[in-house]
Amino acid sequence: MSQPLLEVADLRVHFPLKKRSVFSAPQTVRAVDGVSFSVRHGSTFGIVGESGSGKTTTALAVMRLLDITAGKVRLAGEAFSEFQGEQLRSARHRVQMIFQDPYSSLNPRMRAGAIVREPMQRMNIGTESERADRVRGLFGQVGLRPDQAQLFPHQFSGGQRQRIGIARALATKPELVVCDEPVSALDVAIQAQILNLLGALQREYGLTYLLISHDLGVVQYLCDEIAVMYLGRIVEYSTREALFEDPLHPYTWALLSAVPRMGRRRRGAPTEGASRMRLEGDPPSPINPPPGCRFSARCPFAESRCHAEEPALREIRTGQRVACHLVRDDGTAPHRPPLL
Amino acid sequence: MAETEARGPWREAWSVFKRNYAALVGLGILALVLTTAIAGPWIYPVDPFDIVGAPKTPPGTDADAVLGTDYLGRDMLAGLVRGGRPTLMVGFFAAMIATVIGITMGALGGYYGGKVDALLGRITEFFQVLPALLFAMVLVMLFTPSLVTVTFAIGFVAWTSMARLTRAEFLRIKQLEYVRAARAIGSSNGRIIWGVILPNALPPIIVAATLATGTAILFEAGLSFLGLSDPNMMSWGMMIGSNRNYLREMWWAVTFPGVCIFLTVLAISLVGDGLNDAFNPRLRTR
Repeated sequence: MSQPLLEVADLRVHFPLKKRSVFSAPQTVRAVDGVSFSVRHGSTFGIVGESGSGKTTTALAVMRLLDITAGKVRLAGEAFSEFQGEQLRSARHRVQMIFQDPYSSLNPRMRAGAIVREPMQRMNIGTESERADRVRGLFGQVGLRPDQAQLFPHQFSGGQRQRIGIARALATKPELVVCDEPVSALDVAIQAQILNLLGALQREYGLTYLLISHDLGVVQYLCDEIAVMYLGRIVEYSTREALFEDPLHPYTWALLSAVPRMGRRRRGAPTEGASRMRLEGDPPSPINPPPGCRFSARCPFAESRCHAEEPALREIRTGQRVACHLVRDDGTAPHRPPLL
Repeated sequence: MAETEARGPWREAWSVFKRNYAALVGLGILALVLTTAIAGPWIYPVDPFDIVGAPKTPPGTDADAVLGTDYLGRDMLAGLVRGGRPTLMVGFFAAMIATVIGITMGALGGYYGGKVDALLGRITEFFQVLPALLFAMVLVMLFTPSLVTVTFAIGFVAWTSMARLTRAEFLRIKQLEYVRAARAIGSSNGRIIWGVILPNALPPIIVAATLATGTAILFEAGLSFLGLSDPNMMSWGMMIGSNRNYLREMWWAVTFPGVCIFLTVLAISLVGDGLNDAFNPRLRTR
């Protein structure tokens, strides 16, 4: 347990923009701009943030499905981000992905069984009959009937399709499973089923998840550690308990207070009305992020220092790091109303 | 209750296609034309270049030449029966050449993007701005007119729309998640292009290829009309071309082959239309 399964160090993914004219300066979208985190074996690490925060880009970069501009991704101590060509191709079975949209993540021309079998074929895992057994086993594990392997994707419902996607991701027995918004395209009732399935599979097979979500409920249900992203950077990085009971960053605070809930209030969460925090405007463009704290343009507590100097992610207490000038070392901050 | 019957996308398309009467009629005409082209010479073994009677015999007056004779006294019916084969062969193979070139150019450009796409796009545009019939004429005249040169000439001028269609489909499909999933399980670029994206891009390409066959037949007729065809092969276009000077005296010599071309191209269009509907999931009534 000493070495984390996945270590991401100062990851940057920049996309060059097309020049408008020969004379204009080249522009880059800094989708992910210096992100570091590590994921322990058998745990679930969550990345939350709004659209455009760079969370999906981070996931795709970890999967090596996008070119990494700078930074390192280490998998069980190996420099996964340095792998090239055949070395990369043959290592891909170690990280697999569950995709967001079950309607576009399955090849419509392949039968469900073939979809689940294909990763093993590409990776030369097992013999033909072993693969067939494994496909049957996987169908059982994800709650599908073996005879449904004959069917084509369009004959399944959204939830069933996501189960096929999960079976495909598990086919190569990956060390890390990246779940990119695994339930956001599904009905609420189906969401719970899929989340329970993910949890059960993790308990049974000791899977490690990197979970990308904009849904704090999903993150709270599944994750052990959570990173909150804003405009390509991590603003708060905590254990689940700390994040939901004692959020430090004003942005996290705003996210939590935006979750609609009925009845019982979450402990430590702001009360209705007075301390509810609403953000004005949209996130600034990641093409030319503002100097200083990236949240400063929307932060109601921002001081002059916030607009000038970018805050570093620093540890406030064990398992809780925050990138905010205003949070004092003892964990108090002007934006924090007193805890109940 | 989930249906356990496995109906593939192709069978699904067929079930839509067979409900389209116009397409079925087209398919019927096409089957008739194909049968005649293949089996005709055995059923009616008259050489279309043989002079069988007096020149310019109207149809229905000579028992030896039921549909009359042309300006040299050659049997019209024999010409129509034999003419189908070269016409259809040129149409089919030219469309195939155009489709192969078009798919290759479009697939590589659409998949790799960037500089590859820019280069292939320029090449496509170059071919697109050339007047197609003139360019095909030049190609045929550079080499000796034969079935092969005519086929290649038509194939070389007709691929651009196929390339654009394929490129557009590749641009759309390559960003779908199942393509990402294919890469995540270690599929090579070649496998993703030919094994994952192309099969999913195929339906509109098949429709376009079908319609391209019709266009190629019209092209062949045009070239033959202008005298640029294999002189040893009687084709419908050539019949029209060689009799065009006598149009006012003998309506039949141009009308019959013209009707044959018309019906064949119409049939192909109807089938293409039916395929288009069958492959378009939005028009499906389930």
